[in-house]
Amino acid sequence: MPETDIAVLHHSAETISIWRRGVNGLATLAAAASVVLVLAPLIAVFGYLIYKGIGSVNWAFLTQTPKPPGETGGGMANAIAGSAAILFIGSLAGVPLGIGAGVYLAEYGQNRMGNVIRFTADVLNGVPSIIIGIVAYSLVVLTQGHFSAFAGGVALAIMMIPTIARTTEEMLLLVPNAVREAAYGLGVSRWRTTLSITLRTATSGVITGVMLAFARVAGETAPLLFTAFGNQFWNWKLNQPTAALPLQIFSYAISPYDDWHRQAWAGALILIVLIVASVSAVRLVAGRGMLKGTS
Amino acid sequence: MESPQPIAKLEVAQDPNGQIAPLANTGTSEIADRFFYVAMLSCGLVILVLVGLIVYELMTKSSLSWHAFGLKFFFRSEWDPVNDQFGALPFVYGTIVSSILALVIAVPLAIGVAVFITEMSPRWLKGPLAFTTELLAAIPSVIYGLWAIFVLVPLLRIYLQPWLAAYFGWTGLFDGPPYGIGMLAAGIILAIMVVPIVSSITREVMTAVPRQQREAVLALGATRWEMIRTGVLRNARAGILGGIILGLGRALGETMAVTMVIGNRPEIAKSLFAPGYTMASVIANEFSEATGDLYLSSLIEVGLALFILTIIVNVLAQILVWTVTRGNPARANA
Repeated sequence: MPETDIAVLHHSAETISIWRRGVNGLATLAAAASVVLVLAPLIAVFGYLIYKGIGSVNWAFLTQTPKPPGETGGGMANAIAGSAAILFIGSLAGVPLGIGAGVYLAEYGQNRMGNVIRFTADVLNGVPSIIIGIVAYSLVVLTQGHFSAFAGGVALAIMMIPTIARTTEEMLLLVPNAVREAAYGLGVSRWRTTLSITLRTATSGVITGVMLAFARVAGETAPLLFTAFGNQFWNWKLNQPTAALPLQIFSYAISPYDDWHRQAWAGALILIVLIVASVSAVRLVAGRGMLKGTS
Repeated sequence: MESPQPIAKLEVAQDPNGQIAPLANTGTSEIADRFFYVAMLSCGLVILVLVGLIVYELMTKSSLSWHAFGLKFFFRSEWDPVNDQFGALPFVYGTIVSSILALVIAVPLAIGVAVFITEMSPRWLKGPLAFTTELLAAIPSVIYGLWAIFVLVPLLRIYLQPWLAAYFGWTGLFDGPPYGIGMLAAGIILAIMVVPIVSSITREVMTAVPRQQREAVLALGATRWEMIRTGVLRNARAGILGGIILGLGRALGETMAVTMVIGNRPEIAKSLFAPGYTMASVIANEFSEATGDLYLSSLIEVGLALFILTIIVNVLAQILVWTVTRGNPARANA
């Protein structure tokens, strides 16, 4: 602490307290004001989503495919289904690999190899999603020869793996070693201990990590732009260009048609409900205690 | 934490039939353990392979542009797909200026929020406030973009930009017609997206400052703000800087919201009202329409540069955050 501050503290209370109290009050006010300023956009975003979106979510929106440009009506049913397919493929690949990597880091990773993987996972976590899109494009789309739901799923899986790996590791490390030792003491093999004792104990924490990763990639648009690409029609083939909710919101938002703007708000509302539902589900699970067995 | 050691072979009594009791079944579990280890290791190795693939793909696919323009690629400002002339300077400029603008707006707000939540807020309000600021990070980029197009941009055009031009026009930063769309809009929407990252890291490093330190400063007769400034913020500054740099990393790579409001014009203008273009936006807009190998290769080189930039920034941030919270987990003092 520099001398000036100590000098301030040594001044007699009566002469300086008004000034110091004033500064203290101003600082409190500034902090409270920044909370208000930060919450304002949050409220504005949610407010507009509900205000603009709720009137546009109707049966047609949920069951029909987009109408040709300029015509009113139609919906985003194919985009919702496409998003579900892409997220399913992404999770199918991303969740087991992520959890596996997390198990490796927590149970076997206290060495140089573990540190390298840990560091690389953090690097991968920070890679902009648009770059992941480029790589999924050149790995999958160029090899297959066309845009596909599969390519979109690969891009999302790449984004999920490092997030899930690091949260899984963190959760497994919270499991006390005594629990593992108790299992070994009973003669249970190491793999069985990891699967049925350690992972089992950390289940709710691991699920939290998985859901957060899912919520994060569910709204991703950039990596889908040139992998899933989008589609105005129903498509049941995983190796064809596929519509996705975020892509559809993007193209409708920048379109010149009022009816498409309206539908973009409706799509955004559905997307945010999906995401907030999964984040809140996480809060509920996490609120019940990260771990059974630890305080 | 020490990893659990494999146990030595167990001696377990045989059951009356002369069978080895199942728990002592170490012979087969050695193979199973080995198999399990290899399986988990390969999951971990997948991460290394993925980053390796990213680097390899970006480098090989951008080599064409690299050979054509060399390092000058980043100092040229022509972007002319028709004549195969490519230079990334306007995108680098747009990315850096929009990100810095975002930080200038976001950092004071984020620190204010963190200070309020950790030091000033009543206990019952802490949880909900922390949750709502986290929620800000959960909103997808494309929804921020949608909101910015239809709400933020008109607000800027009608209220904020004429006001800025009238009072601060002399700086040259707020010059030209107020379109709404442009660098300023991009900076503001980025700021909203960066605040939760900076404030959650700041909160984490502030809680890592020991409680005794606060009590000691208060015992010397400091007001609450003096305590926060001298006792908490000063100790946490390396970590806060780390959080700011982490926010910078996010802002640099942010794509959709920026693409929707920045105006997408490859120009370098001093005024923040003018439209611009960022590295991520140009890839998002032009990648799937890029005809010609050199065009595509140039876009991938922009991607490679963005990749290297974000990695440097993120690693720097990790190191800074780590120096503060090291050996002193945030949870311990919460």
